[in-house]
Amino acid sequence: MRSSAIAVSGLRKAYGDKVVLDGIDFEVAEGSVFSMLGPNGAGKTTTVNILATLLKADAGTAHVAGHDVATATKQVRTAIGVTGQFAAVDALLTGRENLQLMADLKRVPSGDRTVAQLLDQFDLVEFADKMTATYSGGMRRKLDLAMTLVGRPRIIFLDEPTTGLDPRSRRTMWGIVRDLVANGTTIFLTTQYLDEADELSDQIVVLDQGHLVAEGTPAELKRQVPGTHVRLRFADLDDLDTAARILPGATRDDQEVTLRVPGTGDSKSLRALLDRLDEHMINAQEFSVHTPDLDDVFLALTGRASTKEAVK
Amino acid sequence: MSSLSEALTDSSIMLRRNLKHSLRNPITVFNALLIPILVMLMFVKVFGGAFSVGDDYVDYATPGMLVMGISYGLGATATAVNDDMTKGIINRFKAMDVSRGAVLTGHVVITTVRCLVADAAIVAVAFAMGFNPTASAMDWLAVFGLVVLLTFATSWLTVAVGLAAKTAETAGLAAVPLILLPFLSSAFVPAETMGAGVRQFAEYQPFTPIIETLRGLLVETGPSSGDAIAAVAWCVGLSLLGYVWALTTFKKRA
Repeated sequence: MRSSAIAVSGLRKAYGDKVVLDGIDFEVAEGSVFSMLGPNGAGKTTTVNILATLLKADAGTAHVAGHDVATATKQVRTAIGVTGQFAAVDALLTGRENLQLMADLKRVPSGDRTVAQLLDQFDLVEFADKMTATYSGGMRRKLDLAMTLVGRPRIIFLDEPTTGLDPRSRRTMWGIVRDLVANGTTIFLTTQYLDEADELSDQIVVLDQGHLVAEGTPAELKRQVPGTHVRLRFADLDDLDTAARILPGATRDDQEVTLRVPGTGDSKSLRALLDRLDEHMINAQEFSVHTPDLDDVFLALTGRASTKEAVK
Repeated sequence: MSSLSEALTDSSIMLRRNLKHSLRNPITVFNALLIPILVMLMFVKVFGGAFSVGDDYVDYATPGMLVMGISYGLGATATAVNDDMTKGIINRFKAMDVSRGAVLTGHVVITTVRCLVADAAIVAVAFAMGFNPTASAMDWLAVFGLVVLLTFATSWLTVAVGLAAKTAETAGLAAVPLILLPFLSSAFVPAETMGAGVRQFAEYQPFTPIIETLRGLLVETGPSSGDAIAAVAWCVGLSLLGYVWALTTFKKRA
């Protein structure tokens, strides 16, 4: 077995009679990206806080970097870095001073070199000597992550690192995560964004109301949900009528003038479908194959749309 | 490194952080220095002539002004501590291998430094207004010791208030009584001259024996042993209360 960066077994946590984590188990392989997906209030942050030694679990065990989080807090803390949901930077210090503070507290030898490197890597050189109170949200997040990286922790927890970021900053963040993993760092990521988990993860678990309701690679999760289909768009309703008649089992959408034909998406069944349209001399103006995305998975697994959908 | 020297290093790193905060935020220093000096000028130059306190008013008022300087020096601390607790930075420190109390120690030390700077300025202004102490070098040393002790005690108390408050605004508000206390003590006028109710309060509140002790050391023939014991006992008691309250709140939160 590959060594696990994080191993969790039977983890439980309740606040009063509200059960937040109801016995969850998972393992995170070293050097991988592990995503915990779930709606608000599912228990993601609670999990991170327990693993980061900020919170005590009621029951179960958790090992991070081979150390028990309940008893070997010091060893765990030296191995990890945590970036929480809200940028935890010191507003009255400059970016450089924030990084230097981390380097000092972690006793990093030649800390000023580390600081300069990180400022450069995160594109913050220009603002290095400005107070972070003047930074934009995206810059503050970047600085927050840079602060987490001081001292090169082996395991990094990112609790919804891109919530509230514009698409460009999100992409930058993703690039940084990929670089880290390429250098052997283990990433524990929580997110509400399914595309983010899809984009980055080696392994995903879906947490819902304190239970893990699914576990697997992004591809495995998507395969659990039927829903691959071909979408055809026609020029007018006449064509749509004909097509709907010759393709039983398809669902039509009169407003969009489209037909949704379920199938497996392989070339043979696609050719059969196109042949069938040819026989009746119907021309589809648009043709596309859809595989289910993680939104479909989430909906199927939890019976609710993902939070992102709900917000729309 | 031993855990004690680790803790000291962490605390000094945190103190450096607080020091930078103070320099970036001149308002806090301004508040701590200027307001007590203005109050002092007002009392000595405006009202002082109308009070008959038996000696030169500046000699009477200066010991109380030292306590007032501390009260104002504390002002920013509760808010700053609360900011640390509510703005997420504390979780960053807690998830790092940093000694637990270092953040709080940093706040207590910077507050003490700020108060001492304010009191030094007050003494300087007092001399400029004709302050004529009779204190010996030993007396001055005792004054310094008591001022440090009181600052230490009230700093821990203020840190605890900052930790316990839900928001920075309530934290700021909670510090107001500390600023009012000197006015309801023998700082500016003798307690005997006050109205019933207020008089009893002034006589029994902690600042009065402390001020009387300072006054005894600075301008009289020495403090009464009763005042001196009460002053030190209050300081030690308040320190313990503040320290225990701060630590339990710190553990409970986040």
